[in-house]
Amino acid sequence: MTARRIAVISAGLSEPSSTRQLADALARASAIELERGGEAAEIEVIELRHIAPDVLNGLLTGTHAAPLANALRVVEDADAVIAVTPIFSTSYSGLFKMFVDLIDRDALTGTPVILGATAGTPRHSLAIDYAIRPIFAYLHADVVPTGVFAATADWGGQGTDAEGLPGRIARAARELAGKLAGSAPRSFRELPAASESAAGEIVAGGAAVPGSEGADSGTARAGGSPSAPRPTASLGGAASRAFDGGFVPMGDLLPH
Amino acid sequence: MQFGIFSVGDVTTDPTTGKTPTEHERIQAILAIARKAEEVGLDVFATGEHHNPPFVPSSPTTMLGFLAAQTNRILLSTSTTLITTNDPVKIAEDFAMLQHISGGRVDLMMGRGNTGPVYPWFGKDIRDGISLAIENYALLHRLWREDFVDWEGKFRTPLQGFQSTPRPLDGIAPFVWHGSIRSPQIAEQAAYYGDGFFHNNIFWPQQHTAQMINLYRERYEHYGHGPAAHAIVGVGGQVFMRKNSQAAKDEFRPYFNNAPVYGHGPSMEEFTEQTPLTVGSPQEVIDRYAAQQELYGDYQRQLFLMDHAGLPLKTVLEQLDLLGEEVVPVLRREFAAKRAPGVPDAPTHASLLAASGTVSQAIAPQNDPTYDTGFGVTGIAPGAATLASLDAESGR
Repeated sequence: MTARRIAVISAGLSEPSSTRQLADALARASAIELERGGEAAEIEVIELRHIAPDVLNGLLTGTHAAPLANALRVVEDADAVIAVTPIFSTSYSGLFKMFVDLIDRDALTGTPVILGATAGTPRHSLAIDYAIRPIFAYLHADVVPTGVFAATADWGGQGTDAEGLPGRIARAARELAGKLAGSAPRSFRELPAASESAAGEIVAGGAAVPGSEGADSGTARAGGSPSAPRPTASLGGAASRAFDGGFVPMGDLLPH
Repeated sequence: MQFGIFSVGDVTTDPTTGKTPTEHERIQAILAIARKAEEVGLDVFATGEHHNPPFVPSSPTTMLGFLAAQTNRILLSTSTTLITTNDPVKIAEDFAMLQHISGGRVDLMMGRGNTGPVYPWFGKDIRDGISLAIENYALLHRLWREDFVDWEGKFRTPLQGFQSTPRPLDGIAPFVWHGSIRSPQIAEQAAYYGDGFFHNNIFWPQQHTAQMINLYRERYEHYGHGPAAHAIVGVGGQVFMRKNSQAAKDEFRPYFNNAPVYGHGPSMEEFTEQTPLTVGSPQEVIDRYAAQQELYGDYQRQLFLMDHAGLPLKTVLEQLDLLGEEVVPVLRREFAAKRAPGVPDAPTHASLLAASGTVSQAIAPQNDPTYDTGFGVTGIAPGAATLASLDAESGR
């Protein structure tokens, strides 16, 4: 059985952060839902804080330090993405958007995505829908209907929603698992592995998620090694942002 | 193996003096740099083409035509010629003219350009970038090879029985490179025609460059031009040298830190690690670039960006001395020693002429019968053909 690769993007600025906490909770819940359907999850967490200078340099000069290149590869190869950002000044954080801007614009087409956001006040609770969802609509991602917003009060169970934060997390996870059910894993999109030290924090298997005992079973990557070399990719398609589209054989482009 | 330099042609303030050259000073500096390139034994000088400040070279064949008169040996090229927004008819004519003026010391590199507004300025749509590159080059390719061209395409007005003039020197089209950083379609295009493929390389990890080159090689073989290992590959790079490695780093750092294309991002150390930029001693440059052969295979052309980041002319000329005297002779030996047997050099006018089995118009007497075509124009129409009989054959 092939594990479903879930890339988790966490844009929290502090360590630990409530953004990472929400990201981990969503990952854990998704792994549990997948397991319920008889599938394993392989969670790979990208803590943007750890690669922030590389992200900035990538935008400024186009250079891709190995940790950034690997983080992008993880996202672009994922079967599903969980993206969580703090809300600053009514919108996603700058770091979150800078990273998203480096993702190949075709790479997330059809990819199931959970959007999450954290903030100090419930007044930002619609930010997912007016600010973040449009970005992923542009990227043609398949975003689940439930966006999970967590204000500070939600962590204490005093949120405004009767369902509560755990309920919303579980619902989003069910929606994600539902989208993945029956679809083929994206193993055909493999790219050459970058050198070992990956994105800020990329760990194969549920071990990356604190307290994820339930998700641990059957989460090992085939071959058991997270840094096992992957086959060389063909260029083009959505395989990597480094290439601008694929190619059409010249004979098909020219008249006669 | 050809070694040369390519110039972007930017006007950039020298951060150590605060002095900004005028356009005139910069243009004169580029000319001096090109002359110096020949003097120190380099093989190629290539100029960029830009249509917005702070870049000055908007008119490459004017510049290269002048340089043709001031040099004797160096090959004059471009990096790149905008195949998207220039009329292919004008490219055909300008570069054929340059061939005649320079005695065949011309090739050129097709590129799409990286400045979005150039498309609308020249009446084109940037979304058509690849399609323009494909169609325009298809026409350009024919204009240099067929005396009379009927053409109808999507992007320019149709042509009926059109003959671009002058015809290419000796009936031999200038050799063409296709430059691309991240578009597999352009590698495919280069492979399809059996033209050269150039990767500018200067902002990219070498692994990325290798993937593009390998795609081109694979497709070159697919189209039957020869084995992948014999495809014609060019690569860019950029260096700053002093005899003493630390002196090079100290001197270049303020330029790196402030340059529009380098500065305010990664440190110079990070950037040199992730790209071919090498700042150090000539030996460090030799070691780094000689190693590229292992990554990219045997390749035919290495161009260096030397007049970058606002370096003053005097410094650039010193850099060219180091490049020509200490680096390139060693690289020539090292590349040649490791080169697999049978790998061709990059085609030149002389090699293409020799392969065609004809005699150069540039050196043949005016009345050489080879060129007595009846209308004395192209030098490529066979034997006794006349304008009238050609017209009859083509049904006009």
